[in-house]
Amino acid sequence: MSRLGNLPIIKHIRQSVGLQCFMLITGLAIVVLFVLTAIFAPLIAPYGFSQIKDASGVSFGAQKEPSAEHIWGTTVGGLDVFSRVIWGAQTALISILVAVIASSILGILLGLVSGYFGGKVDRVLVVIADAIYSFPSLLLAILLAIMINSTGGNAFAGILAAGISITVVFVPQYFRVIRSEVLRIKSEAFVESAKAIHAPITRILFKHVLRNSTRTLPIVITMNAAEAILTLAALGFLGMGIEPSSASEWGYDLNRAVSDVTSNILWTSIFPGAAIVLVVIGVTLLGEGLNDLSDPRLRIRRKPKAFDGTLPDDGEVKHD
Amino acid sequence: MRERIGSSKFGQWVSEHSFLRFVVTRFLLIIPTLFILVSVVFFIMRLTGDPITATMGGKLPQTQIDKLIHDAGYDRPIFVQYFEYLGQLFSGDLGKSVKLNMPVTELILTYGTATVELAVLALIVAFAVGIPLGKLAAKYRDKWQDVTVRLFSIFCYAMPVFFLGLLLKLIFTVQLGLLPSSGRVSSNLQSQLSNVDFPTGFYVIDSLQTGDPEVIGDVFAHAILPAVALGLLTAATFIRLIRTNLISTLSTDYIFAARTRGVSEKRILNKHAFKPALIPIITVMGMQIALMLAGAVLTETTFEWKGLGYQLSELLKARDFMAVQGIVIFIAIVVSVANFIVDVLAAYIDPRVRYGK
Repeated sequence: MSRLGNLPIIKHIRQSVGLQCFMLITGLAIVVLFVLTAIFAPLIAPYGFSQIKDASGVSFGAQKEPSAEHIWGTTVGGLDVFSRVIWGAQTALISILVAVIASSILGILLGLVSGYFGGKVDRVLVVIADAIYSFPSLLLAILLAIMINSTGGNAFAGILAAGISITVVFVPQYFRVIRSEVLRIKSEAFVESAKAIHAPITRILFKHVLRNSTRTLPIVITMNAAEAILTLAALGFLGMGIEPSSASEWGYDLNRAVSDVTSNILWTSIFPGAAIVLVVIGVTLLGEGLNDLSDPRLRIRRKPKAFDGTLPDDGEVKHD
Repeated sequence: MRERIGSSKFGQWVSEHSFLRFVVTRFLLIIPTLFILVSVVFFIMRLTGDPITATMGGKLPQTQIDKLIHDAGYDRPIFVQYFEYLGQLFSGDLGKSVKLNMPVTELILTYGTATVELAVLALIVAFAVGIPLGKLAAKYRDKWQDVTVRLFSIFCYAMPVFFLGLLLKLIFTVQLGLLPSSGRVSSNLQSQLSNVDFPTGFYVIDSLQTGDPEVIGDVFAHAILPAVALGLLTAATFIRLIRTNLISTLSTDYIFAARTRGVSEKRILNKHAFKPALIPIITVMGMQIALMLAGAVLTETTFEWKGLGYQLSELLKARDFMAVQGIVIFIAIVVSVANFIVDVLAAYIDPRVRYGK
């Protein structure tokens, strides 16, 4: 970077420090909004997710344009779009929680044990994890959804099924991340010393190794959550997700909106679609921000002071 | 291990050729990978239920279902079924579609070409969008160009392909009336495509064979929206990879050396830094192909592009789960082979890969 170019760039760097802040803050804000919407869905949504008649028993009517009663219109099935989108947040949140919690616990435990003890079990687990990891996750989720759905069940079982379908696909990701961290850490001096004083193995595993292996976990979790929403929506879009009568799901609503699009009806697809995009963007921004901060090559450091045009004594110009 | 191989003459030859050794070991790794995927798919489908209950459950009385299950042999011990299934696969039998009344292998041959065509076109879109934007972002790192490109790539990633597909349809078909909304070719031109000398099933190639500008234009018009919808998803990954890799390459010593020699910034970006930044693209290609096949299921469903993905979602609707299982296994094979090719390419280009692990 030339000397002349240095001055205006500082301004940009300031801005981009702002950008990383902006990404983190925007991401966080969207995620908080999403969680609050999910929690308070019963209060926010004017109608139930499967409600097709108002209090006096009059049907909403199908494909009604947005109006005072239905601010985002109604679907082809005569459901209130706004209420469906709000309730959908709840479904999405539960599915994400199920998927992230279940797959992280399973993946972390397997990765920890496999990485620490090594041996044949480790080798077999690595090959299995790699095989599943390389496979298109949506297809595996479809197979799981088929089988779990065919056993039937209530509303919560449907959401749970979607969550479990996504879980299996994500276990290998946690496994790989944690295992490679464990491999790095297990030869560190503090683990050696814990072994030397005969600390219980569970203590070594959880206190010494695991606590120090969680560096990249927040990024994996955000990536995971984003993928969970997309997979859930994709399952719904293919009609393999949650039944519309048991919960509201954005992907299903989009599936029903495909034919609306050709007859120039916007509201049935735009709103659930935008909800998916918004939540994924929020989670991704959060993850990107964290990723940038944890990767020294990508981290942007604020310059201590503006370059005044004179070189420091050692004659060295600092490059970014 | 290395010494043991090295003791024979052939072994000596192999150990001197690290690349060849890598290819052989990597090829052998396909077998356990495929075996695991097949087993996972089989046990997911069988341990949670049987295909007949899943298909017919609630439609027929239980006694009839039990009879069907017995006839198909699904009430035998699971491991007997498992080995029988492996034997079938080994002889190239992927099962049969009840809905379409044809073997899955035939189904794949009929509809696979459409999916390959879509994937190739999407890949072209992904490279055409991903490489220049990734370069732009790296060149103007942390400036507004970079910010815009990065936000664009996050946006592409966050957009489900089917929603993007719907939006594209809404804009280009319904509002502007520029492009067709679904299918691969207009029905009145279909016959011209099948009458060419060497029908390949790839409509782009077939249409070029007809030499009729109307047919060629029609085929391309149909392909644009699906290819863009699927391609942008992959483009998002390419942008991020190229940007990150270019940035880290640009700060290496040899780039600094090139700068001090007075090599122009343009040349540094396009030649010196760009080539090494492409290697990571190759290593993620296997992953991208897997993602693209999954994306193809959604894209094809959105645009009624009659390929394997479209058929898969139709078979899902018809609850023809044995056929679904067959297609999924086939995709597992494709993904395993693709990963093998990608790894070999990466090892060929970057010798460090051969000695990794």
